[in-house]
Amino acid sequence: MKIVVAIKQVPERDAPIHIASNGRWIDDADLNYTINEPDAYALEEALQLKEKNGTGEVIVVCAGPERVQSTLREALAKGADRAIHIEAEDLTGLDTLGIAQILADAIKPESPDLILTGLQSDDLGLGQTGVVLAELLGIPHATIIMHVEPTSTGLKVKRELEDGWFQHVEMPLPTLLTIQSGGNKLRYATLMGIKKAKTKELKTVAASASTAASAVTLDRVYLPEKQKKTEMLTGSPSEIATKIVEKLKFEVRVL
Amino acid sequence: MSGVLVILEQRSGTWNRMSYEAVAAGRALAEKTGQPLAVATLAGKGAALSWQIGGQPTTAYLVEHELLEPYTSDAYVIALEQLIKKLEPSYVLFPHTYQVRDFAPALATRFKQVLISDVIAIRYDSAGSAGPVFVRQLFQGKLNADYRHAGTGPCFVSLQAGSFRADESTSSGTPETFTPQLEASQIRNKPGERFRESGQTVDLTQAPVIVSVGRGIGEQDNLPIVEELAQALGAELAASRPICDNGWLPMERQVGSSGQTVSPKLYLAIGISGAIQHLVGMKGSKSVIAINKDENAPIFEVADYGVVGDLFEIVPELTKAIQTAKA
Repeated sequence: MKIVVAIKQVPERDAPIHIASNGRWIDDADLNYTINEPDAYALEEALQLKEKNGTGEVIVVCAGPERVQSTLREALAKGADRAIHIEAEDLTGLDTLGIAQILADAIKPESPDLILTGLQSDDLGLGQTGVVLAELLGIPHATIIMHVEPTSTGLKVKRELEDGWFQHVEMPLPTLLTIQSGGNKLRYATLMGIKKAKTKELKTVAASASTAASAVTLDRVYLPEKQKKTEMLTGSPSEIATKIVEKLKFEVRVL
Repeated sequence: MSGVLVILEQRSGTWNRMSYEAVAAGRALAEKTGQPLAVATLAGKGAALSWQIGGQPTTAYLVEHELLEPYTSDAYVIALEQLIKKLEPSYVLFPHTYQVRDFAPALATRFKQVLISDVIAIRYDSAGSAGPVFVRQLFQGKLNADYRHAGTGPCFVSLQAGSFRADESTSSGTPETFTPQLEASQIRNKPGERFRESGQTVDLTQAPVIVSVGRGIGEQDNLPIVEELAQALGAELAASRPICDNGWLPMERQVGSSGQTVSPKLYLAIGISGAIQHLVGMKGSKSVIAINKDENAPIFEVADYGVVGDLFEIVPELTKAIQTAKA
């Protein structure tokens, strides 16, 4: 099975977030970047599918400036066979449709059997690039997938629904799945893997030219306003503990 | 092109409660923009639905076809594309359910539009041609962002749970039936029955006191310090998704949109940053105490009492203090 994994590079979760001076995005000068965690689960699923089958190819695709190559190299070190870097200096001007279109244009010539991606990104969290990509490519999709099993006619996947419910869905190939976290354990790149990755193909292609105007605009980012008046408890750890116990006794009344 | 169309979600005749919140948001949007409100839902043939959608008379559509049951994204996209082409609304609103996440982005793509997803507020402060501002969160809730619709087609928006107060329910009369053109061959996926994993034994929904742990705990070996706190408090232990993803606690202890929805007297959040998927599950808590090292963590936006500090120093002291108070 030929599997394409679409991954995104995002700021590390613990990175301090500062709003850019134009108020329209974050200041990205001193940020460290990493693979979007749900996409790491998509990559893991792809690698495991290939290992179980004994054959096949895993190709990782990422759009962005040159720095995204480090994330692609990491994916290669974990076991992906080759990588495609869609070169685009600044993606912030594109909406989901624009991003999905450049991914679709880069992926289409590969004619994969399966496309995997995370269910949402840690930065924008729109949770729709995969679904839009499937629609643009004219292939079926299923979202929030915990488990994938090849069948004689295609795939049988396990979808997560709300409130602890699940559902199996059978689907034909080629198809696209967005992967939920927790279905697998993530692997680390081995030293051998990192060495090998240096010899693997990392192809750079230009992003296809966008023709459509954005359907949505991001006008402004800002710190959220508090919904509740939070009383902050300060002091040494033991002073804080005493204060919490008082609240538990006299305000919350659970002691 | 005019009107606000709200797509309601139901399963076997039972409305998803988020549908009412979407109607409330839709009603406000219709009033502010001076447009008529309509609601619609999709159902299999012969659906027995009691329409309780609240407020003044509203046009309601029942999109009915045997191929709409069970749910598939293909059937929903095709059917709604036809309804929207007929009604030509300016806005199409959805509750931000897992089902909507599965089909609405593809539907918006058919109209060359982009779904503005999991919106937490709609602002109308800049009246005029620019239209309403849709507020959604970025970076796991650390930032808010203002989005505006810029396209020429309908504006597609999904609304996050708990963000809009649902209307009082009153009957609205008989809906108009809309029968879409659908062929079995257009539906590519074959869904199976819904099921729950066997052996789910932990019911957090009834717990009066919950101690919940998140990424801040660092590693599995550190869990005993929160277990001891839960024990001292007589509380149920719960967790945010990453803890369960790592297998440190079973999935049935997860609170959030994919886990359980809780409403305890006390929710003690330890090392939980408060991404929206988690907040959705614990918003009903009467009191929230949060301990987190990041003063900008979104959990502090919903906490009654907040402690910015090192949980490894504070939690053991708190356990001791509770044991002393109880002794």
